[in-house]
Amino acid sequence: MRYRATILALLAPCAFAATTGEALFHQHCAPCHGANGEGGRGPKLARLKLPRAPDDATLGSLIEQGIPGTEMPVTRMTDAERAEVIAYVRSLGRAASAQVAQAGDPKKGELLFWGKGGCGQCHTVGPRGGRTGPDLTDIGVKRGPANLRQSVLDPEAETPDNFAQYRKVIYMPDNYLRVRVVTADGKQITGARVDEDTFTIQIRDDGSHIYSFRKDQLKELHEDWGKSPMPSFRNKFAASELDDLVAYLSSLTGAQ
Amino acid sequence: MKKLLIVFAIALALAAAAAAQMEWVTYSGDYSGQRHSTLKQIDRTNVAKLHVKWMYQTNDLNQFEVTPIVSGGVMYISEPPSNAAALDLHTGRPLWLYRRALPNDIHVCCGQVNRGVALLGDVVYLGTLDAHLIALDAKTGHMLWDTAVADYKTGYSITVAPLALKDKIIIGMSGGEYGVRGFLDAYDPKTGARLWRFWTVPGPGEPGHETWAGDSWKTGSAATWVTGSYDANLNLIYWGTGNPGPDYDGDIRKGDDLYSDSLLALDASTGKLKWHYQFTPNDTHDWDSTHTPVLIDTQFRGRARKLVAVANRNGFFYVLDRETGEFLIGKPFAKEIWATEIDSHGRPIVIPNTRPTPEGVPMYPGVHGGTNYMSPSYSPETGLFYVSARQEPTSYYRATPEYDAGTYYVAGGNRGIPGVEPSGAIKALDPQSGEVRWEFPLHSPPWSGVLSTSGGLVFGGTAEGNVFALDSATGKPLWDFQTGATVTSNPISYELDGKQYVALAAGRALIAFGLE
Repeated sequence: MRYRATILALLAPCAFAATTGEALFHQHCAPCHGANGEGGRGPKLARLKLPRAPDDATLGSLIEQGIPGTEMPVTRMTDAERAEVIAYVRSLGRAASAQVAQAGDPKKGELLFWGKGGCGQCHTVGPRGGRTGPDLTDIGVKRGPANLRQSVLDPEAETPDNFAQYRKVIYMPDNYLRVRVVTADGKQITGARVDEDTFTIQIRDDGSHIYSFRKDQLKELHEDWGKSPMPSFRNKFAASELDDLVAYLSSLTGAQ
Repeated sequence: MKKLLIVFAIALALAAAAAAQMEWVTYSGDYSGQRHSTLKQIDRTNVAKLHVKWMYQTNDLNQFEVTPIVSGGVMYISEPPSNAAALDLHTGRPLWLYRRALPNDIHVCCGQVNRGVALLGDVVYLGTLDAHLIALDAKTGHMLWDTAVADYKTGYSITVAPLALKDKIIIGMSGGEYGVRGFLDAYDPKTGARLWRFWTVPGPGEPGHETWAGDSWKTGSAATWVTGSYDANLNLIYWGTGNPGPDYDGDIRKGDDLYSDSLLALDASTGKLKWHYQFTPNDTHDWDSTHTPVLIDTQFRGRARKLVAVANRNGFFYVLDRETGEFLIGKPFAKEIWATEIDSHGRPIVIPNTRPTPEGVPMYPGVHGGTNYMSPSYSPETGLFYVSARQEPTSYYRATPEYDAGTYYVAGGNRGIPGVEPSGAIKALDPQSGEVRWEFPLHSPPWSGVLSTSGGLVFGGTAEGNVFALDSATGKPLWDFQTGATVTSNPISYELDGKQYVALAAGRALIAFGLE
């Protein structure tokens, strides 16, 4: 009897986890992809066709291996657990396919982006735009609408406030960390950090000039974590304009 | 006042010329293909003190064949398989990386490699293994445009570094072992629109088409996978072409197979052929003539001439008049047993029974040639042409060719010859006579190019991982360093903050060497 109880105790957590694709989804996926797969820091998963995962085998290998060159990490789980998560993700897609499209007109949003918003002064979309802020060419794939809306209303809410490593292959907000330095001869330079190691730092200023400094030769070095040079657009856009802008950003998939 | 202005203009021009030497702005350093740096801070007296300043490492195990570009305090490189990066010239730290997502059904004969990027203004250009040409913002790595050059599914790929002219980007292709039809293209730097295409295998009705039997032209190859040179005054592009396809069966493509294994002189504005010279007619040994053509202006046989020199995979060293294509010199620089000589018209006198048979025929040069894609160099100061020479026989055998689009199409193969130890050398050739003036023996056949400098040095690398400097006048070794892995790239030199550096790739590492 005691023997059997031990076995049950060992099995129980596994059995519970293995049968709950939803629970695993909330643990591993929802923090980036949204509670219902609607998208957030990560792409929307509540869709019938996933661009990178046309079949379950591919989806499984994306979970197992991550997607190199993106923020999608390796996620360890058993084959059975992975199958549960895949089934749950597919169920989200079927549920979403019945729903109607989002609010907002991407055409109007495009005009706002390049016109009233002045977004293109700092952000690139395809061959157009500035270099100061993150590249938005495929932001509609990388970020969900709620996250995009939040970034427009409160840019600093989405700016990392910790020391994540600079990620060279990804246009992430922490790759646009604002840095202010004062050189030995008193010159002040402000820009985005493009790389850093223990002894040196490389900075691109707003005129796209690239500097490389040894840190021990700088008078001052300030890394403004959590800060963004981007203003809030809360009072700039009406609610419907915000819908249009988010619809435009969501439509940016990088396809040429 | 006018005089002052002229003086000022000359000073500006001189400053510009001097500045050009500080950087390494195109594949061969400049358009001449000489791969010669006029920097001379590192010289015969101090080169022994050269040491590593920084290293950068790729994450890819494919061969790292890049020639870096240096401009504005930044080094621009490609990495295998089809990636690009901008490195801080002070530290080697990456400023951005571009990662190409490649399809999993690309076709390459000889490794997933890339030989470098081109830079024009603020834009970096990269050819990819899925046969696209892309433009990246030099400041951020952001993609500006992406043009499909050819359909990779039929066997095309791109490994060559593009050549940036002032108003166009020239790009070649690979695929000589897949029965593709070769070409050289020019693209608009701003939009990626194609400006012209020169087919290296002429179609029906075009001159040269008659040099192909039947439909063999359709799979004639003549790929363009090593960056060419450019004479701005003549407005001519010089570009080498690869083997005819299929590699080892010359009978199904009876005839000379123009313009395979040739040097082409093309009008840069139109892509029209000005002249051509074919090194190996009806080749059956895979002796691509994909070499950097070296443009030399010098006194030759009593008068000033514009020459072009090529050390060829077929084992011969050639000097031609680059205005007319006139053949001037063709002499062996590496061991060869396929031709008795090059006749006065520039045609090889081929030795009978040297072509592949089903049983196999031993041959010098072997399949990797008397030299290969690695760059030669030419020093105007010594008047010598330096080349990494290979001595490695192979036995060539022939099999039945069967063409199936996108699959390997060579009609045979080759094997090493037991009991023969391959070797190599750096050789200094005299373009006035074609003679070998000195040679420095290497332990094994090299895959590294060479760089000559006004410091009186020739830099090179070995298959065992040595980087070395030789006295450019005598071949005497003055410095060497063990990098730990095969050198398969071409060295460059540049100046930063008043100091000269030499850089090259070995194994997965890009290494910058300096004196202090």
